[in-house]
Formats: sequence, structure tokens, C-alpha cells
Amino acid sequence: MQEQQYTAKDFKSDQYVRWCPGCGDHALLNSLQKAMAELGIPPHMTAVVSGIGCSSRLPYYMNTYGFHTIHGRAAAIASGLKVANPAITVWQISGDGDGLAIGGNHFIHALRRNVNINIVLLNNRIYGLTKGQYSPTSPRGFVSKSSPYGTVEDPFRPAELAFGARGRFFARCVDVDSPCSVEVLKASARHKGASVVEVLQNCVIFNNGSQSALATKELRAENAIYLEAGKPMLFGKDHDKGLVQDGFGLKVVRLGENGVTEKDILVHDPHCEDNTLHMKLALMEGPDFPVALGVIRDVQAPCYDEAVRAQIEEVKAKKREHTLEEFLHTGDTWEIK
Amino acid sequence: MANEHLVKELDQVVVRFSGDSGDGMQLAGNIFSAVSAVLGNDISTFPDYPAEIRAPQGTLSGVSSYQIHIGGDKVYTSGNKCDVLVAMNPAALKVNVKNITPQTIIITDADSFTDKDLEKAQYATKDPFTELGINNTVIDVPITSMCRESLKNSGMDNKSILKCKNMLALGLVCWLFDRPLDHAMQMLNTKFAKKPDVATANIKVLTDGYNYGHNIHASVPTYRVETKGEKRKGIYRDVNGNAATAYGLVAAAEKAGLQLFLGSYPITPATDILHELAKLKNLGVITVQCEDEISGCCNAIGASFGGALGVTSTSGPGLCLKSEAINLAVIAELPLVVVDVQRSGPSTGMPTKSEQTDLLQAMFGRNGESPLVVIAATSPTDCFDSAYMACKLALEHMTPVILLTDGYIANGSAAWRIPSLDEYPEIRPPYVTPEMREGWKPYRRNPDNFVRYWAVPGTEGFMHRLGGLEKDFSTSAISTDAVNHQKMVVTRRNKIEKVADCIPLQEVLGDKDDADLLIVGWGGTFGHLYDTMRTMRADGKKVALAHFKYINPLPRNTEELLRKYPRIVVAEQDMGQFAGLLRMRVPGVDFKQFNRIKGQPFKVSRLVEEFTKMMEE
Repeated sequence: MQEQQYTAKDFKSDQYVRWCPGCGDHALLNSLQKAMAELGIPPHMTAVVSGIGCSSRLPYYMNTYGFHTIHGRAAAIASGLKVANPAITVWQISGDGDGLAIGGNHFIHALRRNVNINIVLLNNRIYGLTKGQYSPTSPRGFVSKSSPYGTVEDPFRPAELAFGARGRFFARCVDVDSPCSVEVLKASARHKGASVVEVLQNCVIFNNGSQSALATKELRAENAIYLEAGKPMLFGKDHDKGLVQDGFGLKVVRLGENGVTEKDILVHDPHCEDNTLHMKLALMEGPDFPVALGVIRDVQAPCYDEAVRAQIEEVKAKKREHTLEEFLHTGDTWEIK
Repeated sequence: MANEHLVKELDQVVVRFSGDSGDGMQLAGNIFSAVSAVLGNDISTFPDYPAEIRAPQGTLSGVSSYQIHIGGDKVYTSGNKCDVLVAMNPAALKVNVKNITPQTIIITDADSFTDKDLEKAQYATKDPFTELGINNTVIDVPITSMCRESLKNSGMDNKSILKCKNMLALGLVCWLFDRPLDHAMQMLNTKFAKKPDVATANIKVLTDGYNYGHNIHASVPTYRVETKGEKRKGIYRDVNGNAATAYGLVAAAEKAGLQLFLGSYPITPATDILHELAKLKNLGVITVQCEDEISGCCNAIGASFGGALGVTSTSGPGLCLKSEAINLAVIAELPLVVVDVQRSGPSTGMPTKSEQTDLLQAMFGRNGESPLVVIAATSPTDCFDSAYMACKLALEHMTPVILLTDGYIANGSAAWRIPSLDEYPEIRPPYVTPEMREGWKPYRRNPDNFVRYWAVPGTEGFMHRLGGLEKDFSTSAISTDAVNHQKMVVTRRNKIEKVADCIPLQEVLGDKDDADLLIVGWGGTFGHLYDTMRTMRADGKKVALAHFKYINPLPRNTEELLRKYPRIVVAEQDMGQFAGLLRMRVPGVDFKQFNRIKGQPFKVSRLVEEFTKMMEE
């Protein structure tokens, strides 16, 4: 495959982008087009499938094959597309409501089956298109139009759900952080099997500021950690804070304090089969912990679309009948002369 | 009954095997129908089984039956009341007393008529025959003990031995109808190929049953159903409606040169379509057993978008769940075949019993103006042709097609001449061609039939976006323009109406020129309505039958033919859904109705009686 054969412009459609000014979807759209260009997969070999919601309008803005489907069902439609036409690189765009509420069942089963699709989960923790109801990722007590006194339920944490469904690839980025977004989107496409990229996204209208702790480069330096395979888990503007294992959990330490050196710091291994540490990293929250960004887990496993084809070939090799007529003439038949 | 041995020649005969749901009645029935078909008899079968896998043993709710109608000439239904009833226990006898006539020969297992058995089947007295008013010839055979005796040296445990009881009954019935056992033996050897001991045991019991019949032959007559009439030459096999549906889908995919993709979720009585297709991996079929009904439909839509022949199979409750996704295929104008094997409703209803109550759901059960093609298969073997046509119309007209079958024809089987695919019309989907590339839009249409063109992902230069939002007629971009919406609604309707150019005209059978009564039916009731018409004509009445397979659009000559007859009765297994649809499509015609929704096939005698009364009014 020739890299850099395309530019982001090759992936832009002629449609006017209609998201609210300042919506995080704009930034993600640009990052996705840039990632696609860098991946070098031609637009006609790419399909973007979405459900319903603000972010699900995204396919209309792509100059690829696209399908804006129905609420919650993007994963099921993307699965069918990938299994039927494995040559196509299939992206799924879903919001937190689309992917985790109405589409929760399809989301977990796509991961369990490990269909080779790239799921981009835009998590703004709110229903935007229906104008401001709490979503399955809104925190307990969240006040919204449908929860004027605060919610009395706990949210899903997407990573926890993904790992519970045997997710083999999980990455996270912040909408406005284009370099990181482009990198994780590319990594998710290169991963063979179902991948999830959780995009922490700001809804300027109904949930503004939900990502304020991560909104700028400076804030992210302090409040987030960029995980890289083989690199020690260091963060902070001076790169002097790190993560170590502490009993069953993780702990933030400072280099040079209490004799801590870089050797004590955990080194990231996204390819480790055991997801225990991946889970711990993915669930870190401020203010005590940095939010993990980058590729948290990336493990190979047989993927469904390939296995389906392989099984067909296997059975074809074993059985002599390869057309319906050949098959119908086997077994219990009789002739009338 | 005479006491000397008789061989009776019959034109047709109905045999019903019934017993506990663990007694193997379905297998016995199945083998008997195959054995008869091999001799050239025509067959039609009706498995009638409970929803419970193993209801409490010996109870009324656990009775499982399998009815076979055998004819020397063509048979159209699985038959009315039976000529021979095998009742393996008192519960089976009680449940089936409504299915016998005074002439029916009853074979019972003498060993299973103990006080305890009678109690389980809720008899009030110790004499079930008197209690039920049965005065028939009863061949009372100690089936259980004979089976034990037959296999006492087999080394099998008691439980395994008793599993062979059905073969003793089958052997007796084979003797009664003078059927050689070799084909049955061959079937058992194939079925138990991996368990040769079990095959040997079954064959031994089968043979002993047959010989027992021989030894008592003085007390009952035996029957012979001779093959008559010219049967079409060819290779035949036994096929039920679900298998025929599966094969029809494969045939269409092969003819169209497309990958067949089934997205499905298990549901009675449609699951066998998934089973059949899952076996056919050697024919390149992809089956995905999805996480739910919605996913089954959505996977199929995704596959169609990807350039495959996307199919989903289900029954009524599943069709409810798929509605929203089907509507997506309507507005996205993608090919999709939805097979709905109708069962009794509403809700879970009676899962193993048959009805025709999903007609209007298939027609209208979606939001918005949502036209699509509806086809109803008319018999087990017609499921093949109907499935083929459903695929052809879906692919060539870029539309979802709902194929309605029902539990009765899905599980019922018949002898089927294996067709050659050369006999079937070509399937040519409207693919984009390179010369369309300049300025191409996904909703640009063929002006003759309003069908849009199909650009499969992977095709260079035809990238496009589809979706559930209304699109502009010319630019294919999202549109909320008022005039455009009206235009798109009308266009989608016209596109489906144009399908009528590609389906046959409606045929009228019987006294089509001068009938005093036109019987109108649709779907799986064809056999019963046809027999009804024949019976009434034999009685000197002027009767015709118009049995519809194409429901939407209706054949072009529908209105003309319906306005021709002085009396019309629409007979269906619902409360008048097709009659209602016809009133809407052909206003001003007086449609009388005959509606039965008992979960059981029509009874021809009852139809004759009712229709005759209507003719006298």
C-alpha cells in the first residue's frame, strides 16, 4: 500500500458541515480524514457507517461509501457489510447514546465476535440531537432536561464495557487533540479485529465543559497521560510524574521523591493478553489520576469475518457438491420415469 | 370390519402418528412419507407438535403428531380426518379423537393404557374408548413390551430400547400399507451412520413390527395406494417448506452470481431456514446467527449495502422487531429479503401453530409511507419458487421483499421434482456502469421502472452516502423540502407498483368463465381451497378459485377478474386481512369472508359446507 497517496481533502464530501460551531465533532471529522489519508486506503475502498445522533451525521461529510442508518444499529449494519465485503475498510461512527444505550447489545456482540470494524465512539455524555437528556455515560447526579433533580443511576464506562465484551483494541483521545486522534484512529484501522476509539468530546450547547480538564495542551500535560507501547508511563509538563503498581492498584509517584527513579515506573504494554492493567489504566480519573490517552489495549485474536470465509473454504474442500443442483441430487432422492 | 384378509385399493389415505413428544412420532411419520413417495405416491405432510420440548410425559399438552396424506394421484393438502391413527398413549388418543371417523383404524400401545396413563391424560373412567365414544377397529398391540423383547439381547439400556418404540409402530403401518422396508432401512442407516448399534436396533424393531403385522393379518384389511396418473418425469426428493425456502434463496444467489448472506435469530417456526442454510457452507452460503432479530435484519442490510444478497428469516414477533430496519431498506432502496414464517399471535401466541395473521403487518407495519413487495408462498414446494422470485424482485427492483410463508407449509412436506436452474428466469440487478460515472447520484433512477442503480462499495468513482433521512430527488442530498418529499413518496410507491409488470397475471382455476362462486385465497391455504373447489365442482356446482401469491403489488388483472363473478368469498386464516386489502384496492365489490384462526389447517368438509350455504343465499 502506498502511504500518503491521498490528502485529507480526498475524503471530504461536497456537503456543508452542519454541526454547531465549536462542536467537538468538527475536530474529529478533520482528524479522521487526515488519518484516512495517511492510511492510504482509497476512498472507494472505505465505508463509514453510523447510527443516529449528532455525530452520526458524519458519513455525509465523507467522500467515501457511507451509510447513515438507524438508531443504535450501526454496529450490526457495519458487521454485515464487513462480513459480506471484507475488502472494504469499515468505520462505525456512534455517539454514547447510539452505541451504548439503544445500540449496547450490538456494540458488545460486535466486540465479542471480533468483526474487523473500527468503532469510533464519540462520548459527550449527553443526548444532543434530542436537545439535552442524560446519556448512559452521564455521571450519577447529572442534571439535564430529563433529570432535573439529577440522575440516580451510575454510568457505563466504555472501556469497562468493551473489556467485558472481550474487546481487543481500545484507545482514547480528546476531540480537540488532533495529533493524538490521528494516531489512535490509524492504529485502530491497522488493528485486525474490532477496535474501539473513545473520543472524549465536548458538546458546546448541552454539556459544555465536560472535558474542560483536558481542553488544552497544557491541561492535558497535567491531567492526562499519553500511553505509548514500550515507554514508561510518565506525564506532567516536566515529565516528572509517573505510574507505579501499588498492591492491586496503581499509584501516581514523582521522579526523585522517595528514591523513585524512571526504572520504577510501569512500562506500557498494549499487547499483553491479560487486560487487568489495561482496565486499570482505562478507568483512571482525575483529580487523583491522569486520564489515559492513546492506545491502551491492542491484542490480536481471530477475527470473525475471516473465520467465516475460512470455514466456507474448509467445508468446500471437504464436500464434493458446490452448486445447489449438485447438492439437491444427494441424499434421499428417487426417480420417476 | 370383515374378518378375512382383505387388500383394499384406495385413491388416497391419511395416516396420523401421534404420541408423547419424546416418542419419535415425527421421525416415524417422516420415514413413512418418504417410503411412500419413493413408490411414486404423492405426499403431503403436517407435523403438529407442542411448543414444549418435553412436556410432562403422558399429558395432553405433550402430544406430538405427524399426519401424512398419500395419494395415487396428486394430493393438495395434508388431509382432513385420518384413515389410520397411531396413538402411542391415551393422551394421544384423546387429543386426536376429533381427527378420526368411524372407519378410522386405530393402532394403540396396549402397554401404555394403565390406570396411571389414563389418569395423566385426565380420563374420568377406566375405559377410554367408551368414554370417548370410539367404536372403531382398534389394533391393540403391546408395543412397549414387544420392543423390549425385540432388543433384550442388544445390550442396550432400557431407556435406549424404549426410544425404538416408534419403529415398531412404523413397521406395523408399513405392513398395513404394503410398503417394503428397504428404503426405511436405508434412511435409518443414514440417520444413525455414526451410531451403527442404534441403526441396527431400530431396523430390528421395525422389522419385528412389520412381521407382527403379518402374523395378525387375518384380523384387519391392508391397503394399497397405487400410483396413478402421469407424474412428471424426473428426480424427486421430499422437501418441507422451510428447506424449500432455503434452497430457493440459494438458487437465486447462484443465478444472480451473488453471495447469499443470511442474518437471523432463532425463532419457531422459522429456525429451520437458518439450520438448512448453515449446513450449506459448501455452496458458499454465509449465515450469521445474530444477537437479536434487529441485528439479523441489520446484518442483512449491511450485507446488501456491501453487494451481497441480504436475507433475514423470522416469524411474526421477529417481524415486529425488524420493522424499523426494513424501513431503512425501503428508503435506502436496497435489496433485502425478509422471510416471515407466520405463526399464531398476537405476541408469543401459539408458536408452533399456523396462521395468516401477519399480512397487514407485512403490508403496512412500518412508520411513514413504506411500500414494499409482499409475496405469499402457496405450498411447501412453492416456497422454493416464491423465495426465488422474492430474491429476483428484491435485486432487480432495489427493494425489500417480504416473503410470507406459514407454520403449516414450512413444516409440511411434499414430494418435489428437483428443478434445473435453467428453468428459472435470469436475475439481473441494476448495477452502475462506467458510463454512468459522470455526475452520478445514488438516487438517480431508471425512468422506466423508477429503480435506482446499485453501486457496490469498492467500485471506483461511485462513492455515495445512503441513509434513513429523506433525500432530494435530483441531488440525492438530505432534503426536508415539502415538494420534494411528496415527490419521493410517490416515486417509491410507483416503483413498487411497477413491479406488477414483472409478475404473472392472476390465474383463475375451475369454472373461470361461469362460476357462481369465486373462492379467493392467498398463501399457504392453496391446497385446502383447491380441494374445496374440486369437491364442490364434483357436486355439480359452478365454482372457481383465485389463489393469490403476489400480494403487493397485486397482479394487473386483479380488479378485472374480481368484478366478473356474482359471489366472492375470501377465505383466510385471519379475521379478514386480505378481504380488507382487496376492499381497499378494488372498492365496491361485495367480498364475503370465511375466517378461521384455530392454529390448525382448514377442514375441507367445513369449507364445502359453508361455501355451499353461501351459494344458496
